[in-house]
Amino acid sequence: MNEEKLRLAGMENVPHRSQIMDSRALGMLIFVFTEIMLFAGFISAFTIVRSAAMAWPPPGQPRLPMEETAINTAALLASGVALAIAHQVYKRNRSQARWPLLAAISLGAIFVVFQGVEWVGMLRAGLTLTSSVLGSFFYMIIGLHALHAVVALTMLVRACLLLNQGRLQPGLFLATQIFWYFVVGVWPFIYLRVYP
Amino acid sequence: MAESVETQAAHHEDAHGHHGEMSFVSKYVFSTDHKVIAMQYLFTGMAMALIGGFMAYAFRMQLAFPGEAVPGYGIVSAANYNALVTNHGTIMIFWVAMPVLIAAFGNFLIPLMCGCDDMVFPKINRLSYQIFLLSAVVLISSFFVEGGGFGGAWTAYPPLSAKAEYSLTKLGSSIWLVAVALEFIAFLLGGINFVTTAMNSRAPGMKLYDIPIVVWMIVVASILFMVSVGPLIAGAFMLLFDQTLGTQFYDPDGAGDPLLWQHLFWFFGHPEVYVVLLPALGIVAEVITTFSRKKLFAYRTVLYTTFGTGVLSFTVWAHHQFVAGIDPRMANIFTLTTLLISVPIAELCFVYIATLFGGSIRLTTPMLWALAFIAEFLIGGVTGIFLGASGSDIYLHDTYFVLAHFHYTFYPIAIIGTFAGITYWYPKMFGRMLNETLGKIHFWGSVISFNVIFIPLFVLGIAGQHRRIFDYRNFPELALPQYQDLRILATFALLVMLAFQVVFLYNFFMSLFKGEKAGNNPWKANTLEWTVPSPPPHGNFAEMPTVYRGPYEYSTPGRDEDYWPQNVPN
Repeated sequence: MNEEKLRLAGMENVPHRSQIMDSRALGMLIFVFTEIMLFAGFISAFTIVRSAAMAWPPPGQPRLPMEETAINTAALLASGVALAIAHQVYKRNRSQARWPLLAAISLGAIFVVFQGVEWVGMLRAGLTLTSSVLGSFFYMIIGLHALHAVVALTMLVRACLLLNQGRLQPGLFLATQIFWYFVVGVWPFIYLRVYP
Repeated sequence: MAESVETQAAHHEDAHGHHGEMSFVSKYVFSTDHKVIAMQYLFTGMAMALIGGFMAYAFRMQLAFPGEAVPGYGIVSAANYNALVTNHGTIMIFWVAMPVLIAAFGNFLIPLMCGCDDMVFPKINRLSYQIFLLSAVVLISSFFVEGGGFGGAWTAYPPLSAKAEYSLTKLGSSIWLVAVALEFIAFLLGGINFVTTAMNSRAPGMKLYDIPIVVWMIVVASILFMVSVGPLIAGAFMLLFDQTLGTQFYDPDGAGDPLLWQHLFWFFGHPEVYVVLLPALGIVAEVITTFSRKKLFAYRTVLYTTFGTGVLSFTVWAHHQFVAGIDPRMANIFTLTTLLISVPIAELCFVYIATLFGGSIRLTTPMLWALAFIAEFLIGGVTGIFLGASGSDIYLHDTYFVLAHFHYTFYPIAIIGTFAGITYWYPKMFGRMLNETLGKIHFWGSVISFNVIFIPLFVLGIAGQHRRIFDYRNFPELALPQYQDLRILATFALLVMLAFQVVFLYNFFMSLFKGEKAGNNPWKANTLEWTVPSPPPHGNFAEMPTVYRGPYEYSTPGRDEDYWPQNVPN
């Protein structure tokens, strides 16, 4: 693609450094790979401990709210779709990308808020960090994911502000997207492994 | 892309324009220059090596002369002994081998060998070093809290590491864990830089197969590190929560599983061996080709072998757990993969020997180190076969044999490989030559004494001596005089080895001022770093170099000179 652009600019014979993709996007992609392995570590640890347990959930512990969380999950997935739309719009008309981007941020924020509400409910129902190994894993894995979601939302808000000022660079936008897609993409695995 | 070519060029001129009048602090302490950061990593690593070496001195003295006060340390108590061996291992791997082999050489070599001004993310690079320095300070601080430093071995198996009533170092174990976590964040940031720079900023004309092997090896090592470190960070979080918040991830009383940590740790821990081995192999490849004036034998094979080793290294971790209660059928599978991984490494050794074959070999100090690397690492590899086969491992597990095997792999990597690199690139780093005579004295002193330390430990291990005993007088059947003599021999050899490092330090610091001026290319090597002044200026290349060929075109027929730099058109 870069070669193509250079050719269009009439610069194909000027010595240049060939890039496989924008550096910020590549750096983020490598980072996301580490993150995937981090969550894989947690989820496999959870799976091992759970498969050895006599009863699940552990005695006296509440069931995780699988059904209510499905709504959250839908909001988060929709947010990922909205961001993908924002990317397509951005490529054609930068200023128009604001609306799908705002939709992605709002849907992501809804996910985080509902997760917080769910935590309060679970704490009331007697599931705490130390009440059982289920509680430990639940707050650790979901909490870590929520932390990632908050950081990624902050990055999206920053991208939105830069977009409004007309200063959002494609590489930065792509890197931000990659991180959000990771937060969205890892969630179904967590949801389907940890909640049932 | 068209704009970015121009901005790169503009940035480049800018880089030369305003760096003359920088203050000392902004030039050497808060610099974003990859070479300065490389030197910061190198000197921090060397300082940590002295600390780790001092720890080895203290506990080896205790083993040879139990109960007597160690000069410079005092009486070594059981808790001190545990803290010393634990932190010796931790420091030597995470604060010496990793920062020097990956961070120092990666930072110094990748931009210079790829022909760019700096890393792609210079500020992240600076942050990486700052976090690393913080982690070193945090680790050392663990020795000065109540209860002393962590003593649960560098592998930190729970429940010993998880429960303060067992480890007796409530603060020490948590601080140790935080230090390791910080150190991993530093290398994560560094690794992202290394891979991105090598993939995205190479000089025009440098195709993937024109990248010097050492850069490839550091890139593959960084990828291995970043893929394997995630599960360990997950495990470390869980261990920290167990230590401080009362969770029971690793506690069977609360439905946790202590074996879980071993899996998460060794899933990282075994690739980690290759994380440090690969850069050392890369350094050796550069040194061997330069000083045998021959093309590297089978460049592409080396590359594919490296990738293959990387993939295989993720399939061997449970060979550390043969006696930990894993399923014997699983042990058979891991025996197979472990024996399999010796194939690519043996292949690399053969490639290096084939490169040497028929070359016009110059036995300079770096070349001696490189040759010693092959010889000594071979012993480490061969003894690994006995531990990789589950049958013999059941007997040898937790004896001094394991310890000797481990040091026969890590000493060549972290010490011999590093010295090969330092003596080879010293002229480029500091603009002056090291003294060859002192270099050779240091080489022979270090290598011979190293063998005298660890060959006795193989013997002790086969005799069944357990590796975690602090005072053998409590075990009369193990403390027979012939074994005690071997322990004393090993300790004396360690003292000799430490003494010879003084020769190196003298040579290193005297040559900074009194060494012969090096010139751009003292070894007549081909790679791009030798085309710039020594030491390279800020921004490295006065004009963007163009690469015409691979890095190992030595003794090409029909040329007047026996080397052919990568940036010379013909």
